Amino acid sequence: MSTSTKAFYNDKVVTQFAVATVIWGIVGMLVGVLIAAQLYWPALNFDLPFLTYSRLRPLHTNAVIFAFGGCALFATSLYVVQRTSHVRLLSDGLASFVFWGWQLVIVLAAVTLPLGLTQGKEYAELEWPIDILIAVVWVSYAVLFFGTLAKRRVKHIYVANWFYGAFILTIALLHIVNNISIPVSLTKSYPVYSGAVDAMVQWWYGHNAVGFFLTAGFLGIMYYFVPKQAQRPIYSYRLSIVHFWALIAIYMWAGPHHLHYTSLPDWAQSLGMVFSLVLLAPSWGGAINGIMTLSGVWHKLRTDPILKFLIVSLSFYMMSTFEGPMMSIKEVNALSHYTDWTIGHVHSGALGWVAMISIGALYALFPRLLGTKQMYSVKWIDTHFWMHTIGVVFYIASMWIAGVMQGLMWRAQNADGTLTYTFVESLNATYPYYLARLGGGLLVLAGMVLMAINLIKTFQMVRDNRPAPVLEPDPAEARS
Amino acid sequence: MISGIITGALLLLFIGGWIWMWRPERKAEFDAAAQLPLAEDGEVKS
Repeated sequence: MSTSTKAFYNDKVVTQFAVATVIWGIVGMLVGVLIAAQLYWPALNFDLPFLTYSRLRPLHTNAVIFAFGGCALFATSLYVVQRTSHVRLLSDGLASFVFWGWQLVIVLAAVTLPLGLTQGKEYAELEWPIDILIAVVWVSYAVLFFGTLAKRRVKHIYVANWFYGAFILTIALLHIVNNISIPVSLTKSYPVYSGAVDAMVQWWYGHNAVGFFLTAGFLGIMYYFVPKQAQRPIYSYRLSIVHFWALIAIYMWAGPHHLHYTSLPDWAQSLGMVFSLVLLAPSWGGAINGIMTLSGVWHKLRTDPILKFLIVSLSFYMMSTFEGPMMSIKEVNALSHYTDWTIGHVHSGALGWVAMISIGALYALFPRLLGTKQMYSVKWIDTHFWMHTIGVVFYIASMWIAGVMQGLMWRAQNADGTLTYTFVESLNATYPYYLARLGGGLLVLAGMVLMAINLIKTFQMVRDNRPAPVLEPDPAEARS
Repeated sequence: MISGIITGALLLLFIGGWIWMWRPERKAEFDAAAQLPLAEDGEVKS
């Protein structure tokens, strides 16, 4: 009897995180749309300090990366580790703690960032008390994940779990090292690092947050949900192992490309550039492995919108992991850095790769969690797919054009060596593209709202799925 | 000198990894592992 509860997977925490993913996705993208609108209509900050771009921008990045992306990773990793280990999670109490602890972190971020409380480190803005909470929740998550793996009932650790495991371990290391600081009050601290060392630690953190949070974690999703949805094993299991080790070994060294032409030693900049270029190989190795899983069943792409989300996300992954190494080349970086090209690159990764693979995985996950065959409306999934794809293309194309134009205008010189354009002239030229970007962002946000409606309808559908009662026959037709 | 040795050692490790991975006797194990996500959902047998 005591083992009866052990015979089921813990899908409660998975459902909680999956629903939270949709909610935080809408919140985070709404803030993104607001600040995109502020760049076009500056009056939209209403002269209120907590609505200014400078305070809402970190709120947007934290919300979409750590709340939306984070919850997607928690939900899928805790689902996948149970299914591929054939065992229930290590502890239900710990699972609840991880869920509510992470929600508390998100709420604290949503309060402190608009108040202007920040460490001033990009993607690590949260102040030290919240950092400590993050560390505690994260270590609990690690215990939960690895503890579950340790009691697995199959010999092999499936490759998706390797990626999730690398993501969990590395984020713990990055978060703790980058946030070591000296508190001077409850809401203010100073980093223990200074100068170029501080910058290097920050971008070692920053780029590996991209490499391990936004890449390795989501490759974990890819390695489970693409085979699952295509109903075929991964194209090459051997390639998955080679590309895992290559990816994690190389990503660690790419951070300095964020600091080209700064006071960071030149050799370190070149090192970052070379490792970034080499990174193309394992990145594409993984993407090709995912896409080729469909080899022989390409026709499924025509009928299955979930598969469309997953495969197109991999196309965006290939695109942005080609673009990234190119932008890390110093000569290209001299043009692209500090322009909106970077913003376009980030969003082709974040909206194209991270969001699309998460959304695809969630659409595959919800029916399984709720015990139904499919979502309320498969047609709406297809509509969402097109809204999202067109939105992302609008977004990144306008930022590419804006970015290259800005770079060219900033460096243009007259014959006598003076600058051809003032900064404000380049800003003026960027305006139409900010409007186009806002349009793209609105489409993506609207798609997320459609997803939420589909989800609510699916919950209602499941609730109404009670056993059908036997109808009393019409007396005239009743047998006596 | 040392950086060259380290680079060479890492390169050998990488090539060695490929060779180790592609040994024919490992194929069955990897094929079985690749099937792990395709197993049916549902109750854990215990």
